Amino acid sequence: MTETVSRCPVAHDQLPQPAPLPFVSEDPFHPPQRLGELRAEFPVSRLLYPGGEIGWLVTKYADVRALLADPVTFSSRNRQRANPIREMPEDFKEQPPKPGLFINEDPPDHGFYRKQLTGQFTVKRMKALEPRIEQIVADQLEYMAAKGPVADLVADFALPVPSLVICELLGVDYAERGSFQEWTATLLNLNSTAQQVRAAVDELDQFMLRLVKQKRAEPDDAMVSGLIEAQDGAERPLTDEEIAGIAFLLLIAGHETTANMLGLGTLTLLHHPEQLARLKADPSLVDTAVEELLRFNSIIRVGQLRVTTREVEIGGQLIPAGSSVVASNLAANRDPEKFDNPDELDITRGAVHHIAFGHGVHQCLGQQLARIEMRIGYRRLFERFPDLALAIPLADVKWRTDMAIYGLHELPVTW
Amino acid sequence: MRVELERDRCCGAGMCVLYAPEVFDQDEEDGLVLLKIAEPPDSSLDAVRTAAGTCPNSVISIAG
Ligand code: HEM
Repeated sequence: MTETVSRCPVAHDQLPQPAPLPFVSEDPFHPPQRLGELRAEFPVSRLLYPGGEIGWLVTKYADVRALLADPVTFSSRNRQRANPIREMPEDFKEQPPKPGLFINEDPPDHGFYRKQLTGQFTVKRMKALEPRIEQIVADQLEYMAAKGPVADLVADFALPVPSLVICELLGVDYAERGSFQEWTATLLNLNSTAQQVRAAVDELDQFMLRLVKQKRAEPDDAMVSGLIEAQDGAERPLTDEEIAGIAFLLLIAGHETTANMLGLGTLTLLHHPEQLARLKADPSLVDTAVEELLRFNSIIRVGQLRVTTREVEIGGQLIPAGSSVVASNLAANRDPEKFDNPDELDITRGAVHHIAFGHGVHQCLGQQLARIEMRIGYRRLFERFPDLALAIPLADVKWRTDMAIYGLHELPVTW
Repeated sequence: MRVELERDRCCGAGMCVLYAPEVFDQDEEDGLVLLKIAEPPDSSLDAVRTAAGTCPNSVISIAG
């Protein structure tokens, strides 16, 4: 791989001692201070894993981007091994990727799966969903209005909107959300034991396989049926297990992420009243506001996890083959070499180059859907409740410092 | 300005269509990039640059 910025290599013995990933922030709106110090002084540093393994943490924008652009060297297979927070038993780490779960695959297998879906997630197709998403958002806002004030913005708005959308898109019965949301929460909870994670994965697997069998028996217009149909006459048809794996990925990635952005993004705006005032005065700013909120909050705070397939130099450091690597999009999105005043929220910044959706071949497949959900979501929320305010002291807000996806456990609001 | 694509490396993220819909499109079947205008007018330059710069796989290049 070519290095974008040439820097003096630091000998390994001059690096700070391997340390755990800085994860919990002093100020919950910002990354941990240590992450910024590392980016400035040791942009490629050594990570101490819970099990004692030594891995690598990459924090500079240019390095993170270059790394994510090279999936051959930085593999996503077994990337759970590179999770710096949660220790997994050995047998769990080395399991082959779940069939169809292409976020854990490398080229060319990754492309084989991804290409079955890219036609479904085009900008145009997502745009065609706008009227339906407007309706879902409007209904949910009415539900909130009837309930409150006070309402919990997370449970009553931020979570239901993307859950309803992804359920409709896939053909999953929304009435079953109680179970799949609970399993997802167990998966994402960094304090869950390996047994708990395994049990939740098993439940979700069975749920998804039942879904595929049911769609085989009674097809509908939604995406899972579409995938089944598309296998007719295919050179290498997907198995039911693979289709279930794809649905598993889309269901989880499709609701928790956007939900947390809607909740945390709302609080971020409430916390920056001058920015919120600009948005209310000119709702057309919502497009750039969404990009800035994505950059500022970078909710996949653990970072992108990879394992090196060969010895490689990055940011002047030689990383051995077989190393676990964390590419911190949180640190990269606050890199002052890339973004002026990176710790300031500026909804007019035009932060198009943020990597909150990742970079390279794994860049978020659902991002065009997420953009539309957020644009409509923030805009209609502040239209419907122009006086929206936090109903509890800021100090009492429950931040998701214990989850793989950052955000808020709840957000009591009034209006 | 002339736009060139390495289409076989496209991963269908849609950034080009998001930022320069007058120049790029996505195939309806596989979602991969399509070029609507190979030599877009200078008025599209900023948009094409944004598309090229945000493409997750650096598939787009601008010549001339
Ligand atoms: C604001 C919301 C979202 C954020 C911040 C987000 C973030 C991300 C990131 C950072 C990745 C890259 C992971 C890696 O490189 O290892 C990713 C991948 C992915 N996301 Fe999202 N995502 C969001 C919404 C969605 C939605 C709504 C969907 C589905 C409808 C979705 C589906 C996926 C899928 C399928 C992948 C795997 C792509 C691949 O490996 O090729 N995401 N997302």
